Amino acid sequence: MSKRIDVKDLNVYYTNFLAVEDVSIEIEAKSVTAFIGPSGCGKSTFLRTLNRMHEVIPGGRVEGEVLLDGDNLYESGVDPVTVRSQIGMVFQRPNPFPTMSIKDNVLAGVKLNNKKISRSDADALVEKSLRGANLWNEVKDRLDKPGSGLSGGQQQRLCIARTIAVKPQVILMDEPCSALDPISTLAIEDLINELKNEFTVVIVTHNMQQAARVSDKTAFFNIAGTGKPGKLIEYADTTTIFSNPGVKATEDYVSGRFG
Amino acid sequence: MTTNALRRSGSKGQAGDKIFSGAALGAGILILVTLLAVAVFLLIQALPTFTADPTLVSGGEGFFSYIYPIVIGTVIAAAIALLIATPVGIAVALFISHYAPRRLAAGLGYVIDLLAAIPSVIYGAWGYLVLAPALVPSFQWLAENLGFIPLFEGPASQTGKTILTAGIVLAVMVLPIITSLSREIFLQTPKLHEEAALALGATRWEMITMSVLPFARPGIISAVMLGLGRALGETMAVALVLSTGSLIPSLIKSGNQTIAAEIALNFPEAFGLRLSELIAAGLVLFVITLVVNLIARAIIARHKEFSGAN
Ligand SMILES: Nc1ncnc2c1ncn2[C@@H]1O[C@H](COP(=O)(O)OP(=O)(O)O)[C@@H](O)[C@H]1O
Ligand SMILES: [Mg+2]
Repeated sequence: MSKRIDVKDLNVYYTNFLAVEDVSIEIEAKSVTAFIGPSGCGKSTFLRTLNRMHEVIPGGRVEGEVLLDGDNLYESGVDPVTVRSQIGMVFQRPNPFPTMSIKDNVLAGVKLNNKKISRSDADALVEKSLRGANLWNEVKDRLDKPGSGLSGGQQQRLCIARTIAVKPQVILMDEPCSALDPISTLAIEDLINELKNEFTVVIVTHNMQQAARVSDKTAFFNIAGTGKPGKLIEYADTTTIFSNPGVKATEDYVSGRFG
Repeated sequence: MTTNALRRSGSKGQAGDKIFSGAALGAGILILVTLLAVAVFLLIQALPTFTADPTLVSGGEGFFSYIYPIVIGTVIAAAIALLIATPVGIAVALFISHYAPRRLAAGLGYVIDLLAAIPSVIYGAWGYLVLAPALVPSFQWLAENLGFIPLFEGPASQTGKTILTAGIVLAVMVLPIITSLSREIFLQTPKLHEEAALALGATRWEMITMSVLPFARPGIISAVMLGLGRALGETMAVALVLSTGSLIPSLIKSGNQTIAAEIALNFPEAFGLRLSELIAAGLVLFVITLVVNLIARAIIARHKEFSGAN
């Protein structure tokens, strides 16, 4: 239950501003891929094109192809709603639904499109998803309490539980730890390692140690200057990127010489 | 002499704080005092009505018999108005905030805000001259086909000047209040929560039910309460549109009366006990509005834990 993503010659725009230029990349199923690069180089923008969240922003559009196991997400007639139910997303700031209980948060995506689910199935799914997000033991006694009462790290794991509950093919994460303390960050990194057994994971991070710890492959994005489009500079095995990069800019960035 | 470097006296920042908190406190007290003064005035002026010989009160059977039909009339008119204006107002607000293309949304929002600025006498004239006659055929249809329900019992009014017409005019009047407040609140829904729903594969409508409406709930209740305040207190439009009479269940016959219109229509010629009666009616309206607001606050407070404010 996981699919590969192939991006071909993708340009990403905000109205007429070209934010990311000509990216082609192949992301293996059941792997963790990290996007790194200086801020403003278009990591988030590019990530959001992989599940058609980019077009939610007024003026957001793309040129090129994104293939999920060969099917183009951007072909006419493809419903973005279907795309997003197969490619889930975890955001930079934890965003559980504040008016819903922990349990309802986990089931939020499952109950969409009027899907009916029996009580026992729902309970089982809630437990499985929360266990999958390493959160079950902490919340099992207060499933009916609001999700917004949890700590930041717990909220983020709740968001991951909510995402895996809909059984997506791919999970996209945009700096999922940047709002969290180091302990919560470690908890999420452990979780990412487990998630890759079942899902294809793509994670944006500004933390290079984190990229080195969790990912199989790393993509380095860079930008020539403000107002210029971001580009994919180098994409290779994480060990290669950090120990023996092929491009000078990558080496400068991972060794901390700029950015 | 000991000096503590951390102590400072009379610095500008502190003075500003003091002035501001003083002003805020003053304003708060002023509001309370005004409210209290109104309540005391109403009570003192209304008192003779309650102590008077019941046979001298209008209707000849004491204040309660006089007031309860027009209380019910007031509530019916306001209820009709809210029943119509709440769903329509929320729908229009959602259309503006989440469906309409941006330029259309801006224009539409502007038009709605303009509606709120029209004086009520204009609404009354419109209801009297245009709406009431136009509704006559529908009232007749209702009387013929749904006449077995007491609310639509015939024969229908020939002029259309009924409590239902008044309710509809009130609905049009409170619609801009509910719409523009709801729209403001819908637009404030955090992008974060909207995107959370969309990223799970929600359609736009599902996103609205998961993120926008729960977030806006207390605000919608407040908007409806403000609308209710206007519907309860509206005099001119009702006075023009409603052909008054005693309390009857049918909404499509002439009859019924509201407190505000009763006061407005009779105040100019009233003196002595009659004046005191009308002021007592005003007191009752004051209490109704207060109770409604308390209920609304209770509803909002009951859902605090899940409001996202924590
Ligand atoms: N909503 C937006 N509208 C217009 N431009 C945007 C928007 N969001 C981001 N950008 C621009 O797109 C570029 C890439 O931003 P982003 O993807 O957020 O970078 P990163 O995530 O790598 O820090 C930046 O130049 C940024 O200013
Ligand atoms: Mg970013």
